[in-house]
Amino acid sequence: MTNAASSLYTESARTKKRNSAERRFKAYGLAAIGAGLFFLVVLLWQIIGNGAGAFLQTRLSLPIALDTAAIEKAEGSMMKTSGYNKLIVAGLEGAMEAQGIKAVLDKKAAKALLSSGAPNTLRQFVLKNPDKLGQTVTLSLAGSSRLDGYLKGRVTRDSIADDKAIRPEHLDLADALQGAGLLRKSFNWGFITGNDASDLRPEQSGMGQSVLGSLAMMLVVLAVCLPVSVAASIYLEEFAPKNRLTAFIEVNISNLAAVPSIVYGILALAAFIQFGGGTMGIEAFRASAPLVGGLALSLMTLPTIIIATRAALKAVPQSIRDAALGVGASQMQAVFHHVLPLAMPGIMTGTIIGLAAALGETAPLLLIGMVAFVQTDIASASSFFTDPNVGMPAQIYIWATRADGAWYERAWGGIILLLIFLALMNAVAIFLRRKFERRW
Amino acid sequence: MSFMKATVSAAALAAVSATTAAARDNVQVAGSSTVLPYASIVAEAFGENTDFPTPVVESGGSSAGLKRFCEGVGENTIDIANASRKIKDKEVKACAEAGVTDIIEVRIGYDGIVFASQKDGPAYSGFEPADIFNALGAKVMVDGKLADNPHQTWSDFNAALPAEEIAGYIPGTKHGTREVFEVKVLLEGCKATGAFDAYMAENGGDKKAASKACYGVRADGKSVDIDGDYTETLARIASNPAGVGVFGLSFYENNTDKLKVSTVAGVVPNTETISTGEYPVSRPLYFYVKKAHIDVIPGLKEYAQFFVADELAGPDGPLAEYGLVADPELAKTQAMVADEATLNSGM
Repeated sequence: MTNAASSLYTESARTKKRNSAERRFKAYGLAAIGAGLFFLVVLLWQIIGNGAGAFLQTRLSLPIALDTAAIEKAEGSMMKTSGYNKLIVAGLEGAMEAQGIKAVLDKKAAKALLSSGAPNTLRQFVLKNPDKLGQTVTLSLAGSSRLDGYLKGRVTRDSIADDKAIRPEHLDLADALQGAGLLRKSFNWGFITGNDASDLRPEQSGMGQSVLGSLAMMLVVLAVCLPVSVAASIYLEEFAPKNRLTAFIEVNISNLAAVPSIVYGILALAAFIQFGGGTMGIEAFRASAPLVGGLALSLMTLPTIIIATRAALKAVPQSIRDAALGVGASQMQAVFHHVLPLAMPGIMTGTIIGLAAALGETAPLLLIGMVAFVQTDIASASSFFTDPNVGMPAQIYIWATRADGAWYERAWGGIILLLIFLALMNAVAIFLRRKFERRW
Repeated sequence: MSFMKATVSAAALAAVSATTAAARDNVQVAGSSTVLPYASIVAEAFGENTDFPTPVVESGGSSAGLKRFCEGVGENTIDIANASRKIKDKEVKACAEAGVTDIIEVRIGYDGIVFASQKDGPAYSGFEPADIFNALGAKVMVDGKLADNPHQTWSDFNAALPAEEIAGYIPGTKHGTREVFEVKVLLEGCKATGAFDAYMAENGGDKKAASKACYGVRADGKSVDIDGDYTETLARIASNPAGVGVFGLSFYENNTDKLKVSTVAGVVPNTETISTGEYPVSRPLYFYVKKAHIDVIPGLKEYAQFFVADELAGPDGPLAEYGLVADPELAKTQAMVADEATLNSGM
């Protein structure tokens, strides 16, 4: 055999070309995956690097004498909290004296080191424990955002050169307090359970309220979308005659799925708040209520879930329906006894992924008052669905627009929580698919 | 199926009737993003120190807030609009047409508008309004004639300024701050450079048209409208060392580690120079209360009174701590709120 082209052991020029084309294609694929992984790592690195700090909070533990007369006086004034502030300053003075820390403690120093929300922390403690009046209690109070930043390395003596709120000597005092063991960083439960705080108090803010807001909205979306989309899909897939009208409806469901989400926000404002709440006088339909937010998100999610549900119904083989009809089942029996149970894992997966998309939406909430400063007392929220609230992404957005650098850290921390929620929802979807899905 | 249908509709009915019982018991506020931090500080303190729930404060800009305010009277409309400028006659008229006739105007204090740049960036130490106009105006005076703005660097028109590419980040038109920027900086600069007289000649002495022409900014990308918040301006400055941005005094004071401030007309902006009027670029901040909602929405009047109390809006209160310049005539405002004096009756 001298003809090289026909040998099986040596590659011909064309085979070489084809093989190298394949190798190149594989390399492109690997490069694409590598790039994707690279960006994912960078993103996670950024998020965790910037946001992890939000889960730690600097606290100052101080013995505070709950002087009955002073507290009564404070309760009688307009700004009740300012009276409590005096008790805290006295407590700080006492602690410094006990530890032998010599520093001038002016009004400014206490303001610079302690959160402006600390007096309210103390007041809430007193209101909850009236039996402690007249005693001395040790309370752990949040440090100011500047102090917190100093312990986390965000604030340095150089960076506060022009700062009005804190001066280098305050940081010296902080060092002394830290040396005495009064000042330390601890895990920030308040960030997970607390509610929003005003611009002056990043150290008091938490995601808890917005988590509940998001949860309320997801429940509304689930309650609205699942029955509606299952009914619509079953009718379109199993019962509807194939004619121009149903074809038109089908095309438009796909079109609706592609409508930008802000459109649904305007629609919700007009339909629910202005018409439903205003013209019809339904009081539950008011601005900032998670019920309305959930309905707006339902409008947005509905087409997506219908499409997923129809795909799941289509995936059930025709032979199942034929067999059921063949033994005398009515069409409805065939659908409800055989097709729907088999399609259920697919429907659930589609629904959960639709919910996860809705969880991350801010735009439809922008116009219905759910991107706002909201403080709803979670413990006593009389109405979970109608009390004003925000969603998690909206809370993150609000924090990211605030001036103090500490808010930036909080916003990233909020992203971590949001991602954890999304990951959990996707994990449930994957679990349902793995556990119940049937392949033919 | 009929059983299931009945259950579902019964559940839906129960849900609706359970929620209709509760009327709105929180104050709803929307408007200027400049007033937002102050309003949220007051709202938080209000919730802490009274038995009323914390009011809900939305942002969105002065114009957007006033537009929603003027939508009508009723529980599904907002109670208070925050504004970083005075309400316009046009808006008062729109309000009246929708049935919002009695509006209480409350001035809470003053806010300074500052020009700031990257802390380690070029030395933009001081501007005159004329410098800003020369840098950002649509048409400026070149050799005694109006011409499309030819300036590329700051030193092109003022040798004292650094030879850096011009990049100005100014508030977008939906912000109340934009109007102050136009009137107190662009118009002043327009007059100082002689462009105003040239526009007057062009428009046959029509003062209004000439002023309007002065408000125009160049459209070649050297002047950038920021429709978002100051954090967006800050991000733009962070990525462009030569950039100059317009900020509120309080925002600057919270970011002194990243920004340095320039003087305007030789005056350093701070609460003192603004309250004395020495620093030229400042404006009053307001909120507007729907009188028809007082006694309907619990806590509305109390919130308005709480806002302007000495303990909050006074020179030693938390608002001043955040950067608000206290109003020397606060007592007058307090009396006005207490009497529920409306816009028309006050005039």
